[in-house]
Amino acid sequence: MNDGVNGVALGVFIFFFLAVTVMGFLAARWRRAENEHSLDEWGLGGRSFGTWITWFLLGGDLYTAYTFVAVPAAIYAAGAAGFFAVPYTILVYPLIFTFLPRLWSVSHRHGYVTTSDFVRGRFGSKGLSLAVAVTGILATMPYIALQLVGIQAVLDVMGVGGGEDTNWFVKDLPLLIAFGVLAAYTYSSGLRAPALIAFVKDTLIYIVIAVAIIYIPIKLGGFDDIFAKAGEAFNQVNPVTEKPRGAIAPPEAGQWTYATLALGSALALFMYPHSITATLSSKSREVIRRNTTILPLYSLMLGLLALLGFMAIAAGVKVTNGQLAIPQLFEDMFPDWFAGVAFAAIGIGALVPAAIMSIAAANLFTRNIYKDFLKPDATAEQETRVSKLVSLLVKVGALVFVLTMDKTVAINFQLLGGIWILQTFPALVGGLFTRWFHRWALLAGWAVGMVYGTAAAYGIASPTQKHFGGNAKEIPGIGEIGYIGLTAFVLNVLVTVVLTVVLKALKAPEGLDETKPEDYTADAGDPGVEVELPPATAGAGH
Amino acid sequence: MSETPEVRPPVVTPVRVIIALCLVAPFVAMLWVGSYAKTDPTFIGIPFFYWYQMLWVLISTVLTMIAYKLWQRDQRGRKGANGGAAK
Repeated sequence: MNDGVNGVALGVFIFFFLAVTVMGFLAARWRRAENEHSLDEWGLGGRSFGTWITWFLLGGDLYTAYTFVAVPAAIYAAGAAGFFAVPYTILVYPLIFTFLPRLWSVSHRHGYVTTSDFVRGRFGSKGLSLAVAVTGILATMPYIALQLVGIQAVLDVMGVGGGEDTNWFVKDLPLLIAFGVLAAYTYSSGLRAPALIAFVKDTLIYIVIAVAIIYIPIKLGGFDDIFAKAGEAFNQVNPVTEKPRGAIAPPEAGQWTYATLALGSALALFMYPHSITATLSSKSREVIRRNTTILPLYSLMLGLLALLGFMAIAAGVKVTNGQLAIPQLFEDMFPDWFAGVAFAAIGIGALVPAAIMSIAAANLFTRNIYKDFLKPDATAEQETRVSKLVSLLVKVGALVFVLTMDKTVAINFQLLGGIWILQTFPALVGGLFTRWFHRWALLAGWAVGMVYGTAAAYGIASPTQKHFGGNAKEIPGIGEIGYIGLTAFVLNVLVTVVLTVVLKALKAPEGLDETKPEDYTADAGDPGVEVELPPATAGAGH
Repeated sequence: MSETPEVRPPVVTPVRVIIALCLVAPFVAMLWVGSYAKTDPTFIGIPFFYWYQMLWVLISTVLTMIAYKLWQRDQRGRKGANGGAAK
């Protein structure tokens, strides 16, 4: 792998990296509002983003470097099973269409910055709000760490950093620099920095995908050849597990897993704090609905990208660490300068979501732990300061995570993160549509889901690890293999419903609901909906 | 804004049923994995399993777009009816 530094590719990579760094710092001046010391300003970009910026931001947010590396890597490793990412992203949009505009409206009426804010306001329960906040932070941290894994993969293939024989400081220096830069501009520019950089990231990625999907198949003799070769590779029986490596189309037994993974992941995606951050920063609820009609463009890109996994097999890329398959394919197939562009795309693709995620986690901490529990009388300025600091801490934490622990640990936690975050669905989405659920029942359901999900994931062994070896397990009562997160979610809902009935019968206190039905349909321009920017600047987003 | 009668329109209307169908269709299609877990027919060498799901990206986009347009019309009608601040 480390057969010397690829100078041209590295040069191109550094060029793009410097360009976005400058953009990141300049972003603070972009569409600046009067009151720059509020959390709305730093953490939600003044809630002023129009359709296109929101589209770039959400795209930059959801389709991360890790996605770009991991989805084709999964295909490379096991074939069809890895393609679940495509139905998953298809299912996300009808879901968003249904519930996010309501969240947008109620958040703008009451000035909510996080999902926990909403849960507290709706159910009058600080405990439930804390549970949602902690879950959000826990699930986001390993996600940020995985962005670093994405950058590391690229640096490895370029021949900088990854060598085993160099000392740790030289080895990790490029990563440290990348992260120092990221931390500095997130600190100074807030959500505006990733929003602006997302333009560059997406443009680069679209160019790379378009070229890769045309150029590589031509070089490899067309899709017929690619799939024929991949089919052969998948049919070979692994001597350790005595099973074939994978399949081109999922066998009967894998279909439940495929469907539950797609559905569970789709339900979980918009529970992540960073997706909510990007959504709430849009300036009207129409922007969100309009976005669900253009966001699927990314799914198409993801599907094409996934096919690269097959191309890596057909091109004879042999790597022990599947994460390196795609960067290695680019290095083998493209001329050096274009490989540099491709690596820059992945690298910048890691910075944008890492910035948004750390901002989202910081917002959660500040609003729902610091202000609710530690310092209830914090001023807006203090809130912003704490948020900025926490966003730094979160990133340092992620960095330590990646540098000190085995990478598989980060991936395990990411897997757990998905299972955990899904357990906040009943409180959030349930709460958006009905006040029927009882707050204590929701809390109990959440706890059951968390415990079951964690225990089940812990108990899965794989050929390479004893615990957390996968995310699918037999569904109790059905007997098919399914995604643990979804099973835990169903348990969660069952517990919530049963306990709600019981608690209502016992007349347990319901808690105060500060929202009104019409809050859920309010739009920009309606009375009581905060509009942060004067129309002249806000209009630039169209 | 079209003139609509003063009475509050019903919650379930034919238009809303169509919107719901547009939003539910992708779930049925994608979760029924057995219907597309096969390699033939291929399209420019890509097995059915893959191009079919990618085709559904486009289909679901069109469906969401229809749902969006219908919903906008529905809302405009209602706002007009309530005399509220329609955009």
